This record gives sequence, C-alpha cells and structure tokens, in this order.
Amino acid sequence: MSDHSHALEHHTATGLDSRKVAIWTFIGSECMFFASLIGTYLVYHGKSLSGPTAGETLEIPLVTGGTAVLLFSSFFVVMALNGAQRGNRRSLLFWLSATVLAGLSFVGMQIYEFSHFVHEGLTIKTNLFGATFYTLTGFHGTHVSIGVLWLATLLILAFRGKITPEKAINLEIAALYWHFVDVVWVVIFPVVYLMKDWKP
Amino acid sequence: MATSAISHADQVPSDHAEKRGLWSWITTVDHKRIGILYGATAFIFFLMGGIEALLIRWQLARPENTFLSPELYNELFTMHGTTMIFLAVMPLSAAFFNYFIPLQLGARDVAFPRLNAFSYWVFLLGGLWLNISFLFNAAPNAGWFGYANLTTNQFSPGLNIDFWMIGLQILGVASLAAAVNFFTTVVNLRAKGMKFMRMPMFTWMSFITQVLLLLAFPVITVALILLMFDRFFGTHFYIPASGGDPILWQHLFWIFGHPEVYILILPAFGVVSEVLPVFSRKPLFGYAAMVFSGIFIAFLGFGVWAHHMFATGMGPIADTAFSLTTMLIAIPTGVKIFNWLGTMAGGSLQMKTPLLFSIGFIAMFIIGGLSGVMHASPPADLQQTDSYFIVAHFHYVLFGGSIFALTSGAYYWWPKMFGRMLDEKIGKVHFWLMLIAFNLTFFPMHFVGLHGMPRRVYTYPAGLGFETMNMLETVGALLLALSQAIFIWNIIKAWRGPRNAPADPWNGATLEWAIPSPPQEFNFAVEPEVHSRDPLWEQKRQQGPLPEPERVGGQGIHLPNPSFWPLLTATGVAGIFISMMMIQFLGWWFVVAMVLWFLFSVYNWIFEPA
Amino acid sequence: MEAHVAEADAHSHPTAGLYVKIALVLFLVTFLEVAAYELSHRGGNAEAVMGPILIPVLLVLSAVKFALVAMFYMHLKQDSKLFTGLFVFPLIIAAVIAVSLMVLMSYHLHYNAGLV
Repeated sequence: MSDHSHALEHHTATGLDSRKVAIWTFIGSECMFFASLIGTYLVYHGKSLSGPTAGETLEIPLVTGGTAVLLFSSFFVVMALNGAQRGNRRSLLFWLSATVLAGLSFVGMQIYEFSHFVHEGLTIKTNLFGATFYTLTGFHGTHVSIGVLWLATLLILAFRGKITPEKAINLEIAALYWHFVDVVWVVIFPVVYLMKDWKP
Repeated sequence: MATSAISHADQVPSDHAEKRGLWSWITTVDHKRIGILYGATAFIFFLMGGIEALLIRWQLARPENTFLSPELYNELFTMHGTTMIFLAVMPLSAAFFNYFIPLQLGARDVAFPRLNAFSYWVFLLGGLWLNISFLFNAAPNAGWFGYANLTTNQFSPGLNIDFWMIGLQILGVASLAAAVNFFTTVVNLRAKGMKFMRMPMFTWMSFITQVLLLLAFPVITVALILLMFDRFFGTHFYIPASGGDPILWQHLFWIFGHPEVYILILPAFGVVSEVLPVFSRKPLFGYAAMVFSGIFIAFLGFGVWAHHMFATGMGPIADTAFSLTTMLIAIPTGVKIFNWLGTMAGGSLQMKTPLLFSIGFIAMFIIGGLSGVMHASPPADLQQTDSYFIVAHFHYVLFGGSIFALTSGAYYWWPKMFGRMLDEKIGKVHFWLMLIAFNLTFFPMHFVGLHGMPRRVYTYPAGLGFETMNMLETVGALLLALSQAIFIWNIIKAWRGPRNAPADPWNGATLEWAIPSPPQEFNFAVEPEVHSRDPLWEQKRQQGPLPEPERVGGQGIHLPNPSFWPLLTATGVAGIFISMMMIQFLGWWFVVAMVLWFLFSVYNWIFEPA
Repeated sequence: MEAHVAEADAHSHPTAGLYVKIALVLFLVTFLEVAAYELSHRGGNAEAVMGPILIPVLLVLSAVKFALVAMFYMHLKQDSKLFTGLFVFPLIIAAVIAVSLMVLMSYHLHYNAGLV
C-alpha cells in the first residue's frame, strides 16, 4: 500500500503517524455506527408480531466456533505485525495467511448461517427480529469482508517483499481496523446470541 | 517512504507557477483550490435554496393563493431546508475549513490531500443527485427531517424519498471523509510551537466541528439504512402495522440532528472570533473560556436531542431531563457572547464590512438563542412546535447566525483567497439591506407562529389575522434576494478590478496574513514557527510594519501530484448508492458493476504515487 | 527516521509470549460466556442461580474481552494516550446514547401498549 499522505514525509506535530491518527478517528466514528445498529436491535428485541423469534432461531454451537475463529484471527494479525516489524518475513507470511483464512472462515460461517435461517423461514422481511438481526450481523459481516480484502491485498504485497519493517505501519492500520471489527463481534456475540431468550 | 521526498525532487518544476485550465481543477489536490470549489458550489446551491424560498414566500404572500400546488409546495420546502443545511451552510463552512485551517496552522496542505479532493467530488455528486430529482418531477417532499412513517412506500410511493435518502447518504460519505482528514490535519500539522492552546479560534471551533461530524453522521447513516431497507427490501423498521415504530426514526434522526445544529454554528462562532479581535485591535477576550465553552457545547450537544420530540409524549422524566440539558447549553453559549462583547469593549473599532456582519451575527444570534431557550421548556414548546415561531427561531440562528458570520468571513478572507478587495461601500449597503430585510422576513414569523399559523402548510385562510404579517415577510424575502444580488455585484466588480490586495489588508493576527494574497501553491516558503496566540501581531510589535512578502520560486518544495482518481472513486461511491435505488429497474447487476468500479478506482488511487 | 521509530517500537511492544497468553485468556472467557449460557438453560439449581444473573455476567465477561483486545492487541496500553481518547470518548458517548435510546423507546412502546 503506497497510500500515504504527502505530509508524512515531514515530522508531525505529535510525532504520531497521520494514517494511524486517521484510522483511530475513523474507529471512533464507527463506534457510533455500531452503537446505533445494536441499539436498534435491542429496542426491537422481543417486539416481533410473529415468529420465528431470536430464541427459536439462533443456534449457539456454530456461532461459538465463528467467534473463536474471529478472536484467534486477532491474535494471528498481531503476530503478523510483530513479524513485519522485526523484518521476519516467514513469520509475517505465515500469520498473515492465517489471518486471511480465519477471516474467510468467519464470512463462510455467516453465509452458511444466513442461508440456514432463510431455509428455516426467517428472511429480512419476516419480522422485526429478521430485519434487525440480518441488518446488524450483515453490516458486521460486510466490515469483516472489507477487512479480508484489505489484509489479502497486504498479503500479496508481503509475498512480493513490500512489507518491510519501515512499511509495517501499512499492516498496523489494517490490523487496528481488524481488531475493531473483532471487538464489535465481542459485543454482538453475547448481546445477540447468548441473550437470545432475554424477555425485556 | 522516507526517501520519496528525495526521489521526487528531480520531478519538481523549478517554480510552482499558477496552474490553469479545467483539467487542473478536476485533478487538483491543493486545499486552497478545493476550498474555492466548495465555496463556489455551495454558493450556487445557496442561491438555488434561496429561489426555492422566494417561491414559498410568493405563495404565502396572500391567503388561499394558488401560485403553487400543494404537492410542489411540499417539494420546495423540503428541498429548501435540505439544500440550505447540507448543500449551502455546511459546504460554505467546509470552504473555509479547506482554505484556512492549513494556513492558520502554518501547514503546506491537509494531512490527506487526495482524500480531500475525494470529499469535494462526493459532495458535488450528492448535491447534484438531490437536485436532479426536479428533472424527474420527483423532488423530495417529506420535510428536511423526513419523518417516518410518511416516508414509507405506503405513503410516499414515488421516487421522491429515494432521491432524498440516497442523496443524503452520498453527502454523509463526503462529510465523514472530510472530518477524518481535518481532524488529523489539526492534530498533526500544527506549525512548530503551535500548541493546542495557541491555535486560532476559527481552527479550534472547526476542529470541534469535525468531532461532531464524526460522531453524529454515523447515526443518520444508520437511520437512512433502515429506511432504505424498508423501502427497497421490504423490512418494517418504521412501519407500525408490522410492529415497527416511527418514533425510532425521530430518535435516530435527532441524535444526529442536534449535533448537526452545532456543526452548522460552531464554524460561524470561529469566524466571528477571528474577525472581532482584528477589527477591535485587541486580542480575543477569554481565549481559554472560548475554547472550553466550545467543547462544552459540543459535548452537551449529544444530550439534548429529544427536545425536538416533546410533542411525542416521552413522559415527565425524559421531558425534564432534556429540558434541563437544553437550558444548560445556554450557559456556554452565553459565555461566548459575553467574550465577544468583551473583545469589542474598549477596542479601537474599525467599522469595516466584516466587523458589521460579525456584530449583526451577535445581535441576531442572541434573538435566535433566546427564542430557543423559550421552547426548551416543554409546556411552551407544545404551544410553539410545528408553528412559524419555530421557523422564526431557526432562521435567526441559521441565517442570522451562520449566514451572517459566513458572510463576515467572506468579506474578511476574500482578499486572501482571490487577491482582490471587495468594495467597502457596496459591502456596507449589502450589510444594512440584509440586516433590515432579514428582520422584516423573519421577525413577524414569531407573531404569526404564536397566533397559530402552522409551518409546512401551503396556504392559510383569510380572516385569521395572518395577511399583513405574511405580506411583510414576502417583501422582506424579496429584499433579502436583492441584498444577495448586491453581494454578487460586489463579487463581479472585484473580479473585474485589479488583483492587488496586499498580504495583510486588515492588520491580521494569524499566519494566513503573513503570506502573499492569494497564497502560492506551497503556502509557506519557509515553515513558520509560532510563540504566541497572535503570532503576526507579536512579530509586528517586535519588528514594526512587515514588508509585503515576495512571491518566490519555491524550488525543492515537494507537493503532492495531481490525480483524477479521487473524482473517479467519488463516482464509484455515488454509483453504489444510486445503483441501490435502481435495483427496482435494473436489478442487482448494476450494484455489482458499481462496487467493482469503486474497487478498481480505489486500487488505482492507492497504488498511484502521491 | 521511521526505521528508528520501528526499532523503538519493537523494543517497547509486548512479546509474542504475551500475545499468546492474551489469546488463551480470550478463549477461556469465551468458554465461560458459553458455559454461563448453558447453565442458565440447564433447568434445576443451575438455572435458578444463573438465570437471573446471566445478562450482567455476560456483559462483564464481554467487557473483559473488549478491554484485553483494545489494550494489548490494539496496543492502547503503551501507545499514545491520544489514541485511547479517540476510542474511549466516542465509546462512552455511543454507550450512553444506545442505553438512553433503549430506555426512551421502551417507555414509548409500553405507553403505546397501555402499560404506563
């Protein structure tokens, strides 16, 4: 990724990399995005006029696997970054490939889950649960997919030897985004899945 | 990356000659040119919004008038509000952010110059999309805050609402990208010695505005996504018959909408805080109090949204809480007003046009602020809500507030931006006519509002005592239009005149006045260093009057390369949203094509040498 | 200059060993979350104890995971305090607004149902 600001070639007022400031700013903004979606989900929890409800639909085992995979992918990417910063090419390639694979498996899990629920008779139109569930988890899944694309691009660059220790910042900002997408799931997993039988 | 400054050095032309031609504007990444693009585009949208207002006033001049059909009237007031907020006041502020934040910071550009160009192009496409709706006879028609469930397919089956929500989504992308950029710019590109508490007040207030943009816009994005899903994919977020609740829209909209009000006014506060010290020949009174009251206003701005919803029946506890927080906001705002007065008190006032508009701002904003505190009280609000009293209130803060301050900024900074002085005599005529016409238009609305005239209704019956006031308001609106014509005349006159504005025509205090008018492409030949809040005044105290800065070659200064990928990526973003609106006609392939086009442009952008 | 920064980063960054430990804790806490859910659905004594406290338990466990990822994987613990501010300030506003939204809407929905 050669996308860098011109200004970065000079020192900055804080000594911090501008792209890192920018990605953190963006993450702060995304907090409000997901808070609005999660808030909407909870406002309408248990308010569907007809079934199937969250309690009847959601299945814990599969999504627990997906959750573990996503958590581990955070570990993988931090190891990849560690490798990149130390100039350890093998470590970078191994862990970054693992991250991309984990991300893909999560997306695969979600596609399987969605199609399974649709077969069971829950679409986005069925009721408020369907609408809020698919919207919230779907937007999270979109974020995961964008992250996979981003990290896969970096993986290709890493194979070409372009993620040198000086350019590890390119992986660092992608990793920050990836961790953020992970912590959003850390909230969604208990709130949507484990609290599915909650009666407000 | 660290070496690219060297490797590019041989490509740098020996001097940064002024670039010309359409292509240079399309590919520009210069914050000053992007600022001018924002300003020019926003001014054209401002005039369109003004024409819509004139049509509305013409219709309301007489009772039971048939000049406009009720349907067209709905479209006009919706587009008037949407245009003035999203396509006029916000981008006019953005014009000043672009041009003056880097200059006041002593920087050569913003942190991400291409992202900056991208923001402008996305804004332009969003604004065009909203207005193209007129050509399809399907302009948005549900009010600027598009209350559910009026906006559902059942009650708004046409394309009108689709144009509105897709247009707003596109504009939201522009605002968010710009906010990330300017936030980073202020954090990282301050000149040597410019601590946060030495930043000029315009930059400070703009900085706070970016935080509001970052935290408020995602909420309306979600609100609009839910509406898109309701309209395009058959969900029921806002449809009561299926368990949905239209009140959710109101909450989400106003969680965005109230911070949005401060997004519209904080940059105006900043402009006035620049103009008053310079024309009073005295530093800003209570600098720290100004900074912290700004932060406090922004923070409280997230805790008052439901005062727009007293009429929905939220219960006594919520009513009390939101009433209190709303009244609380009057305190930091009052602090600001007293500090402006304190700045002028005992100063050697130079009664130039920028100062007149700033003083006009203070007076008009106080009136608007007072009527605002009135409907902070729920019982009073229930009388006033949805009446012309509210229309009077928000025009006093948005027109009397934001537009007066932005006009002040235009007169103040015009010589810096274009190297030409606006005429003082015409400026004064502009000010007095605008002040009188403004009050003639909007002051009577307080009375007709309290007498019960509802807003957003295309006509009124005779005999209720509304006739005289409405006629006065229409006359006022025509005079307001005349005052804008005088402004345009002033601009044309300056355009034809010589380009001879000095670098520092007003004896300014901040860094933008240290460089030639208009600045050269690289802004500062030598990166400045500051030691105080008023660096230029300090320098003048020590060295006496400064000589006119020379235009220099600027050899070896590396500037980012021009690029057309920001524009093409912007078409990708707009294309994705527009393609969703087209699913009903074209199916999903167009969405897929637009996503691919977007990705293609993004990758080209990323791998293009900056 | 940046090579120098990267070098300094490499020294101050936590080691791979710490990352592994955090990963194990995250896995363990996730296991506890699912276990809490299972207990609250088992019937009998387990459900009687866990049922009423399931939601607070889940919220605390999830907050622990959130904090661990943010502090160690996102490096907030040793990175500039500015980044912590850029994350935590919006997070607080987001949480307060989401909770207020739920309270306000719940009153409204109850009112519509004739319960208030």
